[in-house]
Amino acid sequence: MPPQFTTLTARAIVLPHADIDTDQIIPARFLKVTDRQGLAEGLFHAWRRNADGTPRAEFPLNRPEAAGAEILVAGPNFGCGSSREHAPWALLGGGFRAVISPYFADIFRGNALKNGLVPAAIAPEAHAALAAALEQDPALPVTVDLQAGVVRWPGGPNAPFATDPFARDCLLRGVDELGWLLALHPEITAYEHAHAA
Amino acid sequence: MRTLFQKIWDAHVVAEPPGAPAVLYIDLHLVHEVTSPQAFAVLAERGLRVRQPGRTVATMDHSLPTRGGYEAADDAGRKQLHLLAANTRANGIPLHDLDSPGRGIVHVIGPEQGHTQPGMTIVCGDSHTSTHGAFGALAFGIGTTEVAHVLATQCVLQRRAKNIEVRIDGRLRPGVTAKDIILALLARIGVGGGTGGVFEYTGEAIRALDMEGRMTICNMSIEGGARAGLVAPDDTTFAYLAGRAHAPQGAAWDQAVAHWRTLPSDPGAAYDRSVVLDASELEPMVTFGTNPGQGMPITGSVPDPAHATDAAGRASLEKALGYMRLAPGQPMLGHPVDVVFLGSCTNSRLTDLRAASRMMDGRRVAPGVRMMVVPGSQAVKAAAEAEGLDRIFLAAGADWRESGCSMCIAMNGDQLAPGQLAVSTSNRNFEGRQGAGGRTVLASPLTAAAAAVTGCITDPRTLMN
Ligand code: SF4
Repeated sequence: MPPQFTTLTARAIVLPHADIDTDQIIPARFLKVTDRQGLAEGLFHAWRRNADGTPRAEFPLNRPEAAGAEILVAGPNFGCGSSREHAPWALLGGGFRAVISPYFADIFRGNALKNGLVPAAIAPEAHAALAAALEQDPALPVTVDLQAGVVRWPGGPNAPFATDPFARDCLLRGVDELGWLLALHPEITAYEHAHAA
Repeated sequence: MRTLFQKIWDAHVVAEPPGAPAVLYIDLHLVHEVTSPQAFAVLAERGLRVRQPGRTVATMDHSLPTRGGYEAADDAGRKQLHLLAANTRANGIPLHDLDSPGRGIVHVIGPEQGHTQPGMTIVCGDSHTSTHGAFGALAFGIGTTEVAHVLATQCVLQRRAKNIEVRIDGRLRPGVTAKDIILALLARIGVGGGTGGVFEYTGEAIRALDMEGRMTICNMSIEGGARAGLVAPDDTTFAYLAGRAHAPQGAAWDQAVAHWRTLPSDPGAAYDRSVVLDASELEPMVTFGTNPGQGMPITGSVPDPAHATDAAGRASLEKALGYMRLAPGQPMLGHPVDVVFLGSCTNSRLTDLRAASRMMDGRRVAPGVRMMVVPGSQAVKAAAEAEGLDRIFLAAGADWRESGCSMCIAMNGDQLAPGQLAVSTSNRNFEGRQGAGGRTVLASPLTAAAAAVTGCITDPRTLMN
């Protein structure tokens, strides 16, 4: 089933650090799966758990108000590092449907979009305002509207975010990119004939 | 007037349907065990075949133990390795498995066997695919969904990136290497500085580098956020490729070289922006933090978060220093080291091993330090052994292993214990990258060797004669 996303209103969690890398999102030892399941266990594992495996109470994802949150608000350059698609799979497995950051690492952004996890890059000022509003009220409902290309929350501005129009259209309509590429078979064959060594 | 990047891009556009990204043809697809199983599963579910098995090459590197073969892997790792063997067999894709003399880290074997050539588009489900850009190929990492796209259609969907020139003027001084150039660049621009861009490395210092040094630099382009890094092909490139197993031969070689000579950026071609560094001012570099942009000259001192320009920068630096157990203002020189790792697709090739072995010849690994030397491929291992480098490392008390990713990513059992500090020639010092709780200092092979023999972070220039 190709992923689909139109709009989402949900609770959000803030991880304010800059440059959260894919090794933090999902450490490498969890990459030995051969399917997409079971990755939620590894999500932010080193930050969520003590060395003995017990949860770290102070980590935002472990706080009671985190239950049911579907949006992650993270510092700039979220998802830098590895190309592992396990990062968006783990976030989706952990219940997240959107990440809001001032900007994203390129490969992560592409991987997220291909799986229906919306990377919403909003201006740093709006991002700071959202983080502050969530600090005031952790239960604040935040809306990520892919159709309109805005993030909004009660009392906040309409914070616009740009999404590659093709990826956005695929998500809004639930179009399968692989099917779309396969339909280009004649063009690909023509290219191969023209460039045969 | 076009840049190298623009020329390769233009030559690979299959289609540009309105509103969609470009459909880019891929000349070479490299595959390994960690990021491919779910992609092969997509093809199997949909009854699709691999479109171009002959443009696809697979190897085992991430999960494969560097001693003891499949038996030494854990159950999950072994399952992954066997699945790659089954998937490649079913689809007619050549595989370098445990017993293949061509086996090695995916970004080491591509160039080594002449698969990687100027002007190509190359992808792999691995961010360090940027390595291959050293040959003037447009090479970038992709996710697993895209691995399935390439297996089934030999194409990816791409928006054209910005083209950023990174010019390295001047000449390196003795004891300063390609690794120090890239660490200095990352310290300058930060880990997000190249986001949305493709680097082209130019300038006198780049021209003077051999192919292995150029690969080290292109390898870490991704650590600056750039998906790809390129170096224009020149006589150094052609000399490296001549005679390699998969490079063109005879008349085809002459034709290829003539074509490759047309690839370099035209004089006056415009880049979106430029960054300039002077190689003659560089020192050996080490990282002090938890991302590759948190680096400094080895003789410097750890920065003070209080001097950070913004709150987020301060918080990140504080967190990094807390993890690394370093204090602001502290020198890195003299800091004790538990482990030294010489390996990874950044620095595991013959010249890297030679440089480190020269420093270790006649010296011993310091008491209490563990040094692991992991050649990038079985071919590198054989070549090093033919020169006697293994005997130098072993005589010094280092561990000489089979090839693989090893402690770069700590998936195969080679890893740091919590709290241990490693000087590592790999590319990522992220928290826990080399084992949960492990602390990583990135450096060149020379600096790593100097740390091994002294037991602490040491300026390699003080040990060179
Ligand atoms: S050596 Fe390290 S960076 Fe290179 S491919 Fe292997 S895991 Fe990735």
